[in-house]
Amino acid sequence: MYNASDLRKGLRLKIEGDPYIITEFNFVKPGKGQALYRCKLKNMINGSQFERTFRSVDSFDEADLQEKKMQFLYMEEGKYCFMDNNTYEQVFLTADQVGDAANFLLENLEAEILFFEDRALGISIPNFVDMVVKEAEPWAKGDSVTGNNKPVILETGYKINVPAFVEEGDKIRVDTRTGEYLTRVKE
Amino acid sequence: MTAAVWKLAGKKASLRRRQAIVAAIRDFFYARDFLEVETPNRIPAPAPEVYVDPFSSGTWFLHPSPEVCMKRLLAAGYERLFQICKCYREGERGRRHLPEFTLLEWYRAGEDYTALMADCENLIADTAQRLALGRCFVYQGQAIDLEPPWERITVDEAFRRYTGMTAEDVLAADRFEEILVEEVEPHLGFGRPTFLCDYPLPLASLARRKNDHSRVAERFELYVCGIELANGFSELTDPAEQRRRFQEAIAERNWLGKAPSPMPESFLDDLSRMKEAAGIALGLDRLVMVLTDAAVIDQVVAFTPEML
Repeated sequence: MYNASDLRKGLRLKIEGDPYIITEFNFVKPGKGQALYRCKLKNMINGSQFERTFRSVDSFDEADLQEKKMQFLYMEEGKYCFMDNNTYEQVFLTADQVGDAANFLLENLEAEILFFEDRALGISIPNFVDMVVKEAEPWAKGDSVTGNNKPVILETGYKINVPAFVEEGDKIRVDTRTGEYLTRVKE
Repeated sequence: MTAAVWKLAGKKASLRRRQAIVAAIRDFFYARDFLEVETPNRIPAPAPEVYVDPFSSGTWFLHPSPEVCMKRLLAAGYERLFQICKCYREGERGRRHLPEFTLLEWYRAGEDYTALMADCENLIADTAQRLALGRCFVYQGQAIDLEPPWERITVDEAFRRYTGMTAEDVLAADRFEEILVEEVEPHLGFGRPTFLCDYPLPLASLARRKNDHSRVAERFELYVCGIELANGFSELTDPAEQRRRFQEAIAERNWLGKAPSPMPESFLDDLSRMKEAAGIALGLDRLVMVLTDAAVIDQVVAFTPEML
């Protein structure tokens, strides 16, 4: 159970059976009156949002959310399949639930899958992922027209800007939070 | 440089302006023959309020406002008093709230709340002048003209005008704060500051009733651009009535399961000797926000609790 004084941005609550995350939070208190806690909440299943003002006497259920380590197996017809390596249990996430993480989902990548009462909701992947460059224009020494950067395509199909010296077949490290190139990785 | 050091270093200009405002306030009261006092921050019994939670300090409390001691000075015959001090209220943190904040509180013996409204008009105009803001300035894109008189509107008029409901109905439905914050406050103090006056009796625990038959008390709040800056009232000087209101507050706190609040007996003893007076608390941090165009209270203090 949470009290109103526990409310803050990022807190996850269970409201009418669904998990919600507080996306905006503001404490207001007129005069010497009751404190009010104005929240914007986002449904973690369907993404719908609403605003509500709570009072200090209100209490809330915690959303029973758990993260489980699972391995990415394959994508088929817009569904992403993950497997628990201990139990061999498999779950599917939609493209919406996977979001930008899809750009970095390599086969066998280990990810944290977020569950709400046995229902898979979302994913978090490692901050850094090493990936192979699948397509790149060859580097012409002294080629200043394109500047220092050039776009390449990685093995997942993700397009990224990299320094001009990176070539097809190279392995690079990507920051999955920003989607940006970090360094070239030597095997 | 760490993020915290960088944050602190970036507040130098803001803290300078804060100092100028505090200096202007002191000059204003010195020029009007007010006595500046420092009363204890740690006290055995603050005035019991349903929705103000003091921090306990041993078996005593950190004061949520200096009113108890300042009124005892009034009762002892002091006529014009002011204090700038830290006050402490548990659980209050938001864009305009800090659990440890600075209040400017002043009292005038032999006067009522209208004298305090005039003080507000003069004090804030003088302070703005000292900061070279002039009579008109802009807060968060909204122009404010300080030329007196400022708007005076009763709580009842404001609810009727902006919500179509009466304050009494809203109070009976236990939705006063909610409707005030969502539908009334966004209209208060735009163009010029607003005094929201004459609160329903249940919302003015320490204020004097307007007259014997009235259902409102002589309490007002000052608003600038929707921000509540100050709370003033004609003081209740009847110890029996004050005790009864405190008992109600204590009972309601118990009913809500809040920490018990002891009866401030020495204050009630002295209250019987207190003459008619008026007193006001102004949120100094918020005044600095308004006069320095700061959107959040964090910008006008060196440290927030999160930085400690």
